[in-house]
Amino acid sequence: MSGASTSNNKQVLKSEWMDGFRDLLVVMMPILTFGIMFGAASSAAGYSIGVSVWSSAAIFAGASQFVFLEVFKEGIPGWSVVLAVFAVNFRHILYSAAIANKVRDFNKWQKAFGFFLLTDLQFAVTENRFSNFKGKRKITPSYYFGFGIFSYALWVIGTVVGAVFGSLIEDPALIGLDFVLPIYFLSILMGFRKRERFFPVVLVSGIVSLIVKNTLGAPWHISLGALAGIAAAVIFSMIYPSKPMVIEDEEEETTLV
Amino acid sequence: MSEILAFYIAHEVPLLIFVLGVVTYLTRIGGYLVLSRFENIPTPVQAALEAVPAAVITTIVVPPALSAGLAEITTMVVAGLACFRLQPILVIVLGLAVLVALRQMGL
Repeated sequence: MSGASTSNNKQVLKSEWMDGFRDLLVVMMPILTFGIMFGAASSAAGYSIGVSVWSSAAIFAGASQFVFLEVFKEGIPGWSVVLAVFAVNFRHILYSAAIANKVRDFNKWQKAFGFFLLTDLQFAVTENRFSNFKGKRKITPSYYFGFGIFSYALWVIGTVVGAVFGSLIEDPALIGLDFVLPIYFLSILMGFRKRERFFPVVLVSGIVSLIVKNTLGAPWHISLGALAGIAAAVIFSMIYPSKPMVIEDEEEETTLV
Repeated sequence: MSEILAFYIAHEVPLLIFVLGVVTYLTRIGGYLVLSRFENIPTPVQAALEAVPAAVITTIVVPPALSAGLAEITTMVVAGLACFRLQPILVIVLGLAVLVALRQMGL
């Protein structure tokens, strides 16, 4: 790029932004719809519009925000919510490790803000673009933020719409809003089904969490149930050695190591 | 000290949400800061890392789903099967439709 004229540079920069925006258009409706569902579920759980929007603006992660709604109830300590959110977001650690060498040219602030925007979708489009160019073209900040900033805006806008809509509904159960969380988590869970050791993990976590919920009680069923499932995964990996680690996304499978 | 505690209690929900935002951010930058420095990750550690999200989400899904009524359990079965064919967003829409229909029928 060093030999190009300034106007040329500007044009490239503009088309990078446009590419990011164009890739966003494809997933615009799902982002908006999920935002609306979160806003409505948050209202149904009794939170004000302000709190619901603050959640989307500060966290910007559907799974974390739904976990907050599901887990944070009367008598449940804050630390157990923090722990559950941390664990649910574990996949992001793998994303950020995988994306690290693609954003190497970002400056310090672009990295700091860029990782804030690293959702499942952002990861998927970034990996996809990188592999489309077979590594010959770098991921530019313009592309990355062209996708990321607009998806953030859509998420917040969707939440406002959903929260306002949800606050107008007198009986959330009438349209099933009281049960949107279990269905949502089930769909997320099933997204992991192609991973190795999926079934032993789910079986062990499910059984142990049921037992603990009926003996020690909440919130211990989450941490102890999860630990049991993780232990099962480790034991299984020792009995049946695995293939190299892969990260799942809708577009493709990316080898991390 | 007691002032800080009083402030926390008065604003517990927004502050907790802020902490959850920080935790989410740490996981998003954590792999870049920590994991990308390692050349090789031992297999049991890989297995454990991979299992974490599914393990946690299972503990959040299973107990409430099984303690709910017949309409809810049926909905979960239908939604679970739909996951093999449909996008998550469509699974949720379908699930809600099934649930509302079953409740209307008095299940």
